Amino acid sequence: MTNPVELKYSKDHDWAKVEGKVVTLGITDHAQESLGDVVFVELPAVGDKIAAGESYGTVESVKAVSDIVAAVSGTVVAVNEGVVDAPDTLNNDPYGEGWLVRVEADDLKPLDNLLNVQQYEALLAEEEH
Amino acid sequence: MKVLEPLIFEQSAEGRTGVDLPELDVPGQDLTALLPEEMLRQTEPELPEVSEVDAVRHFTRLSTFNHGVDTGFYPLGSCTMKYNPKVNEMLARLPGFVNLHPYQPEELTQGALRLMSELQDDLAEITGMDAFTLQPAAGAHGEMTGILIVKAYHQHRQDAKRTKVIVPDSAHGTNPATAAMAGYRIVQVPSNERGGVDLEELRKAANEEVAALMLTNPNTLGLFDENITEIARIIHEVGGLVYYDGANANAIMGLARPGDMGFDAVHLNLHKTFSTPHGGGGPGAGPVGVKEFLAPFLPKPLVKRKENGKYTLDYDRPLSIGRVRAFYASFSVLVKAYAYIRGLGGEGLKQASENAVLNANFLMSVLKEPYHLPYDRVCQHEFVITPKNLKSYGVHTLDLAKRLLDYGYHPPTIYFPLIVEEAMMIEPTETESLETLERFAETMIKIAEEVRTDVDLVKNAPHTTLVSRLDEVAAARKPDIRWKKSE
Repeated sequence: MTNPVELKYSKDHDWAKVEGKVVTLGITDHAQESLGDVVFVELPAVGDKIAAGESYGTVESVKAVSDIVAAVSGTVVAVNEGVVDAPDTLNNDPYGEGWLVRVEADDLKPLDNLLNVQQYEALLAEEEH
Repeated sequence: MKVLEPLIFEQSAEGRTGVDLPELDVPGQDLTALLPEEMLRQTEPELPEVSEVDAVRHFTRLSTFNHGVDTGFYPLGSCTMKYNPKVNEMLARLPGFVNLHPYQPEELTQGALRLMSELQDDLAEITGMDAFTLQPAAGAHGEMTGILIVKAYHQHRQDAKRTKVIVPDSAHGTNPATAAMAGYRIVQVPSNERGGVDLEELRKAANEEVAALMLTNPNTLGLFDENITEIARIIHEVGGLVYYDGANANAIMGLARPGDMGFDAVHLNLHKTFSTPHGGGGPGAGPVGVKEFLAPFLPKPLVKRKENGKYTLDYDRPLSIGRVRAFYASFSVLVKAYAYIRGLGGEGLKQASENAVLNANFLMSVLKEPYHLPYDRVCQHEFVITPKNLKSYGVHTLDLAKRLLDYGYHPPTIYFPLIVEEAMMIEPTETESLETLERFAETMIKIAEEVRTDVDLVKNAPHTTLVSRLDEVAAARKPDIRWKKSE
């Protein structure tokens, strides 16, 4: 699967898509691949506050339970219930139907620290070795 | 021969019984007169109806499908599935222990109290602590007790600014879970390239908000953190405490003491390190030891030796966090631990640790060629390898684990610790002979060879077990764990 160019990526294998003040968050294809079959997704509720660099939910696969780390601070404005009901969506379409939450960001600044697709793919190549 | 055993419900035949009860020879009672109506069930319970011999055969057959330390090598890393001498079981079943009642008066339980008191002292000596509680029921419960003690200590000092607990990224999941349960925020610190705590990152995270650092040493990579005294110093300098997760004490028992490394509190898993079989759901025991300044906060009651030489349960502990368990402890586990410690003695405990470390290093040195060893240094009682070098064949750690079943081994722990991709964590334990280790190593080498020559054989394993790959995804997503009579 190709990593979309319009997204920003974190070293923890999360992605962020910025549309004005609203940021959509998810996990990358590499993240879902390493996790294996996802069996359970726990997300915050609409209206909850999340903080950059801190966990806002968990993804459980047959291998492990992992925290999902927020790339921005803000208020949750939408939650993907579809992925909660059908966790395999995360495996099948991490960049599309498998988005996790939409956040109205307090400040878009932390996103400057994220990687673009070339930097992210360089990171993946580096982790291979 | 592969024969799947039907559920006992499926073997049921209406009206069949295991025993014939004699005719009622006392006046019958009307149940509705004895019990309130809401306590009476309206429908018959759906219980299986089988003969005695069918019940015996069913459960005996099921027991043969199991793999245990008594049937084969069980190198489940982090879990310490070591063989426990049967003599300790015998001692725990002595009538004087088995028939004790927790409400018996102290003058009739002096032997049991003495055993507990001496075990407290032995564990304190082994860990370099000053006082112990035996109450906690298992490791995670011990952690919870330890962190509540830390919390009580800070509260007693009226230090309300401590809201965080630092946990390394290699920690057992129970560490952050414990700290969160106790109301703390978790700060994770990364590991350095040697697999230990990254000191620079630790210094950045250490401030006056830190209540404690929780650390396992050797850690979950099986590596001893040589910087431990510096780590403890960094945390103490900002007023935090250092908590020792004793899950990996099997490598250091009798050799090194957490108390000497700078730890303030520690728990031990008696069911891992001190001779109680586990994996079947318990009971375990997770005693917690602390330095003198934390002793007032230990749960109550504590067993105390009075000046007249008699033993008593001391409830007069005003700063105690209270009880953490009904009655006094998993007593039979304490008997086994006591017997194990006294049976081996100081030198024996040391030798057990040395053998555990030697066995792990032997296997590591043989397996680092056919597999990938992410941290190539002397390990303690366990080590982590991965099949990274075999990745081009499309093989995963899970496949290797499944293939080991075909050779009669319980697979090692897989996919833990989380900081190593495709981790396979091997802990041979001290009781295995060189021959057993060599046979296991040869099998692992053979499996690596099979990956190169016939990868499907490995990817479709196991082939010889009663059932092959189970649908773990469906089991997790749609668990069906309750039998219901089909209509």
